[in-house]
Parts: sequence; C-alpha cells; structure tokens
Amino acid sequence: MTDILSVRDLEKTFGSLVAARDITVHIPAQQTIGVIGANGAGKTTFVNMITGHLRPSKGSIWFEGEEITGRPSREITRLGISRSFQVAQIFPSLSVFENMCTAAAIGRHSGGFFKNVFTPVHSAQAVADAEAAVELFQIARYRDVRAFALPQGVRKLLDIAMAVAGHPRLLLLDEPTSGISIEEKFDVMQVVMSALKSRKITVLFVEHDMEIVDRFADRVLAFYDGTVIADGAPAQTLGDPKVQELISGTKIRDTAGRAAHA
Amino acid sequence: MANRSTIIGAAVFLLAAVLAPLLPDWVVSLMAIAFANALVVLGLIVLWRAGLVSFGQALYYCIGAYIVALSGRWINFTDGVVLVLLAGLFSGFTAFLVGFLIARYREIFFAMLSLALSMILYGVLVKTESLGSTDGFSVATPTFAGYAPHGEMLNLALYWLTLAACAASALAVGIYFRSIAGALAAPVRDNEIRVEFLGVSVTNVIHTKLVIAGTLAGLGGALAALIIGHVDPNMAYWTTSGGFVFVAILAGAGSVAAAFVGSLVFEAIRSFAVAMLPEFWQMMLGSVLLLTILFVPDGLGSLATRLRRKPREVQPQ
Amino acid sequence: MLTALSILTDGLTYAAYLFIIAIGLTLIFGVMKILNVAHGSFYAFGAYGAATAVGIWFNNHDWNAAGGFLFMVLFAMAIGLVLGLILERGILRWVYGKDEVVIVLVTYAVFLILEDMVVLIWGPQSYAAYQPMVAAGSVDLGDLVLSNYDIVLVVLAAFFAVGSYWTLKFTRYGRLLTTVIFDREVAAAFGINVTVIYTVTFLIGAMLGALSGAVMAPKISVTLGIGVEVIVLAFAVVAIGGMGSIEGALVGALIVGICRAAAVHLVPQIELFVIYGVMAAVLIVRPHGLFVRAQPRKI
Repeated sequence: MTDILSVRDLEKTFGSLVAARDITVHIPAQQTIGVIGANGAGKTTFVNMITGHLRPSKGSIWFEGEEITGRPSREITRLGISRSFQVAQIFPSLSVFENMCTAAAIGRHSGGFFKNVFTPVHSAQAVADAEAAVELFQIARYRDVRAFALPQGVRKLLDIAMAVAGHPRLLLLDEPTSGISIEEKFDVMQVVMSALKSRKITVLFVEHDMEIVDRFADRVLAFYDGTVIADGAPAQTLGDPKVQELISGTKIRDTAGRAAHA
Repeated sequence: MANRSTIIGAAVFLLAAVLAPLLPDWVVSLMAIAFANALVVLGLIVLWRAGLVSFGQALYYCIGAYIVALSGRWINFTDGVVLVLLAGLFSGFTAFLVGFLIARYREIFFAMLSLALSMILYGVLVKTESLGSTDGFSVATPTFAGYAPHGEMLNLALYWLTLAACAASALAVGIYFRSIAGALAAPVRDNEIRVEFLGVSVTNVIHTKLVIAGTLAGLGGALAALIIGHVDPNMAYWTTSGGFVFVAILAGAGSVAAAFVGSLVFEAIRSFAVAMLPEFWQMMLGSVLLLTILFVPDGLGSLATRLRRKPREVQPQ
Repeated sequence: MLTALSILTDGLTYAAYLFIIAIGLTLIFGVMKILNVAHGSFYAFGAYGAATAVGIWFNNHDWNAAGGFLFMVLFAMAIGLVLGLILERGILRWVYGKDEVVIVLVTYAVFLILEDMVVLIWGPQSYAAYQPMVAAGSVDLGDLVLSNYDIVLVVLAAFFAVGSYWTLKFTRYGRLLTTVIFDREVAAAFGINVTVIYTVTFLIGAMLGALSGAVMAPKISVTLGIGVEVIVLAFAVVAIGGMGSIEGALVGALIVGICRAAAVHLVPQIELFVIYGVMAAVLIVRPHGLFVRAQPRKI
C-alpha cells in the first residue's frame, strides 16, 4: 500500500542555520496527524517544504507514489495538497459565498489561461460546490456576510473550506484553532474534522493546544530542534517523558499514557 | 442577469447608432471622441478592479494613434477598420511585452513605472523629426473598403466605427468580467497569497489584464486619431494618462457601462467648462475630481447601483 | 576634455536643481506616504512668487542683488507656507488613512485646481526674474564660462543635503521624524503627536518646493505649465533614489543630472529619453529605488 505522503531524510538549512534535519515520515491515507513542538522547532519549515514553498536542502518528498520534491507550489496545489493558515487568508471584501464560489470555480475548472478566461465563475457546478461546502462547514448562516465582518472562528472555517474547494487529498492545517476562544475551540475543530473525514481527506495539523491534539489526532509527530523526536499514537507520544519535558508538559497524559485527568 | 445587461447594452448601442443622423454634427463628434476615450477608461477599470491604477495608458493610446497616422503617411494605407484593428493588435502586443516587466509591481510603484514608460515614448517622439517631433502631424482621411466619405458622412462613419468598436469591446469585457479570470480581480486585490494558494498565478492574471487594457487603449487612440485628424507626442504625456484616470474615478469600477457613461459625462462637463470658463476648466475638472473622491469614492456609476440593489452587509440570522 | 568638463559642470548644476526640487517631495512621501502631485504647484507658485518679488525689489530701486535674492527666496517660501497650510489643513487631513493611490489622486485634483489658480493670480503671460542671475556674474574656468548663480545653486543643494542629514540625525524633530517614517503606528503608540509632525513636515515640504521654484526662476522663463514638467522630473529622481530617502534623492539627482548633461552634449536626441529610461531601468532592477529596501509583507 502506498502511503499518501512519504518524506525521506528531509533536511533544510539556511546558511549555517539548520531548520530541519533527518525527517523521515510515512503517512497512510486518511490518517489524522497532529504536529506539535515549540516555535522554531521546524514544524512550519516541514509544512512549507511539503507545500513547495521551500526547497529541501536534502531528502525527498513523495505524494501518492510520485516524487514532488522541489516542485513549484502552484503545481503541488494542483496535484492535491492544500493548506490553511494560522491567520485566515480570505477575501475580506467578498461575502462568504463569493469567497467559496471563487475557490470552488478555481478548484473545479482550473486549467490554463484560456479555460480561466472563458469559464464563468458562477457556473452551476461551482455554485453547487460552494453551497455544499458552506453547509458542510456549518457557516451557512453567514453566507452573505462580507468576510471582513466575520468572527474569528468563522474566518478560520472559511479559510479551511476554501482550502478544500479544490478537492485535495492531503490538507495541512496551520494552527487551526489559534485565535479562537477556549469555549469554541473544540466545536470548531469538531466541525472541521468531521467535514474533512466525510471528504476522506488526510489531515496534518500543527497545534499548540495539547488537548486538541490528544482529542483529534490518530497520530502525533513531535518536533524539537528541527527533527522528529517522537512519532506515534497520542497516548504514547504525549506520555513520552522526553516529549513532556520538552514540549507538552504532564497535564494531558501521565508517563504510562493514561489520561492525567478525567 | 448577465443576459439582461447584454441585451440592454446592445439596445443602447443600437439606439445611439440609429439616432446619429438626426443629431447635429458637433454632438456626433463629441460622442465619438467620448466613446473612443471610453475604451481607454474601460481598460483602466479592468486594472482598477484588481487594485492597480495605471498612470501610463497614454503609452498605448499614443501607439494606437501613431500607427494609424503613420500608415497614412508612410505607406498610404487608409482603411479605417483595418487600421483600428491593427492598432489594437499592435498595442496589445506591446502591452504583452511590457507586462513581463510591470506585472510584478503594485500600488504606487506600478503607477510610477507605467508613467515612466509612457514618458519614454513621449521623449522619443518629441526628439524624432521623422515622427513629427513636437508638432506631430495630421492623419490622412480614412477610407472604408474603398469608399471615401467626407464632411457629415465622414463624421457619421467614424462615429459608427467607434460605436462598433465599443460594442464589441463592451461585450468582450463583459464576458471577461463574468469569467473566472475576470472574477479574480477582487481576490487579487484583497489577498494575493490566498489566490496563489488556490493554485492560480497572480502574475498571469495581472499580465492578462495589462494586455486587455493596452489593447483597449490602443483602439481608443486609433479612433481618436481618426476623429481628431491629428496626432502629436502629447498623446503620450502623463497628463493625458491623468485625464483617463480622472474619468475612471468619475465613472467608478462598478460595470462596463460605467466607462461609457462616465466618459460621456466627462466630455459634456469639459465642453461646458471650456465654453463657460475657458481659462479655468482645469480648476473645474480638479474640483469635480476632488469632490468625487471625497464624497462618491466609488464613482458616479456606484450611485446607480446603490439605488438598485439593497445593501450588501447582511447580518447573520 | 572640454566636453567632459562641460558635462560635469552642467550635470552638477542640473543635479543641484533636481535635488532641491525633489527633496521636498521625498520628505513628504517618506513621512506621510503621500506622493504629492501638487508639489509641482508649490514649484510654480514659488517661481511666480519669485518673479513678483524680483519685480518689487529690482524694478525701481538699485538695491543690493544678494538682498534681492534673499528677499525672493523668503517671499516664495512664505507663499509655500501659506499654500501648504491651506492644502494640508483644508484638504489632506480629510483623506489621511485612505488608500495611497487615492491620496495621489486627491493631490492630482488639487494640482489641476492650482494650475488655473496661477493664471487667476498672475495671468497667462510669462515673467522674467533674471536679475539675480545676471547680477551674480560669471567666472572663467579655462575655456569654460560658469555662471556664479549656478555655483550658488550647487552650494545651496549641498547645504540642503548636509542640513537634512544633520537635522534627521541630531535634532529632536529629526529623530521624531525618523520614528514616524519607520512606523507611524508605533510612533503614535509612543505618544508622538503624529498629526503635528505631519503638518509640520508638509509645510516644510511645501516651502522647499516653493523655494526650488524661486531659485530656478532666474534661470527660466516663468510661464504656464512649468509645474507639469517639473513633477515628472521630481518623480523620476525620487523613484530612482527611493521614495522617502533623502540620500536617495541626492544620488538620483546626480545620476539623472550627469546622464542628461551627457546626452545633451553627446547625443541630444535622447535627452528626454535618458531621464525616464534611467528611471525605468532602476525601477526594474530595484523596484523600490536604490536606497529603500522592500517591506516584507505582514501576514
């Protein structure tokens, strides 16, 4: 069985700074991976190499059996890898529906230049896709609100909805719950995860909130100092003393992997 | 809704064409030049929707004009329709080349670089004797497939030619605005990063818009050359570009129709101002521009839209 | 050899002229991020004001020429001050915070209004203000005849260059300015009265613009449209050097000045082309000008 994403001996240096090294990870399809680690540990570098925004200094990246190392980011997007942002990247002057419709139209029809010029943006399929996405991510009640006026949670949902408009098979979420209040975090994440699972998308999300990671990830990758120091189920990774010392603390799991509190 | 605008537009153009013989000569000339300039303004609107203001459309306007003028002068070719098409193609191609240079710039730097390029053309024309230098030269009377009208007939012929060019351009740009590439204007203006992450090259989108705007400006310049009957380097001067930007502001970027309505209103105001206060028409124009920017920033076109549509900001239920 | 020397002296003179014109424009842009098209109007008003002042001073009296020069300059600067005040407090303050390009269009509208205002005040005829230049005389440098007035211009430009550097580095106002240039919001957060700084800066820019017109008046024919020409030149210099950078304006002025002088003496056909060609070339290679680094995008 081919893993959907395979990363081998990945390394990235900027001059004398080693941002990432010796990263080897194999991800099977439809798994949900939580990526944890302090700032500067290499998580974002890792994500940027996968999406094509950074060229690895060494190593290779394979997507669905095909090598994608060093390919330009636009190509990688079209191949089926998408991402969302820590600060939601949306089109503030357009309504939620228009945002989605634009993304859906591009996702459905993006061909070359001529296709773009002659395909109407409000085609039946794009409109249907947009309506479906808005429903799926439960932001239908904000349908006609202009994006600059949206509350933070909804912005994040829109950002993610747009990221999946092109039907990617792998989605990278950069701190999906950052900026969202504690009461809302779980709900937002729940909506996101069920939406993504229903579309059978493999998810890799970077998170600082260990409870979210514990709750939603099938598997956890812990980054420290540019490399992966732990890789496994949440129970064992978050219970790993090294991970607890360097990253997560002991509040979530004790060293036997049992939940530390009810 | 798309079809409705197209039908209304077609009807208006038809009406404008049919009414012409009944109107006095000077009105027909005024409308002709207004519509020719409207093409340049339409190009500016295409760019403005994506957040770019070009202060150098005079470059293509002038190229279009000189192509027409030089064809008559150097190779004695005067067919109006062919020359206009040729001018459009040539300026479009120039815009394509220039686009490689300029498509990466934004905001003020885009404006300044486009201005610089048009001023380069100005500088070259002013210093080149064979191209007429500062005085420019007159444009040979156009012919239409062998037929050589003059007087009132010529006036009408040029007017109809201009209308035809405008109708065709309006249709094409309308289709473009409704397409994905056209609809990407606001997203590009709002958030280029997101557009790139959706898999679209922003530089390509802008490059396309530059070619469209350049072609339209070239068509406008060619028609203007035929209507006015004279070309000179001033057509490439920055104040000419400024004038077009002025009209675009007046019109607003709301629709294709805005370019034509705005241009007509502008020509009317300008004629009125020049007639009433010949020394101070610039002051009048400046005041109108200032008032428009301060009080109707989306242009006059937006006033019509505001009356028609309900407000866009809907609160969630 | 003579040509080379001519190119150098002409180039330096022209560079001085450009720098004095451009310094006000780049200052206003640097601090307020406003590309002031009406700068051409300050220039025009300064030139016409100078012509009036020269008329007052020289026409009926036998007064000291240097005094006349000083009077001319002060008169023009006063006009610049008043005009700047009206513009800034009357119009610009209502558009601060709007899109950069919108503000440029506002200044363009103001420029159009002021162009006709000149005609309203001074009429359509041309004026001459040559007296200070003639009175200054000339000096011989071998085969070359240099106008002393040009030398004064170069000295003045140097004075402004040094003066602005010193002001920015060593005076309180200068350091406040630098903070505001760097980041307006942060400056305001520090308690700096940005509104006052804006107004003062604009007034200084206006006075410098008017001064540049006054100082040029004796060399040119003061007539309609001088503002129009000057703006594009000033833009070119400022764009080359980097908007908001005074060292940039200096270097830009020198580059344009020498290139233009070389063109005039060697290949006169490309004189106009050279200025905008250099501008386009620099912008292509360094889109933000020579002395300004691109701002990283804030996500």
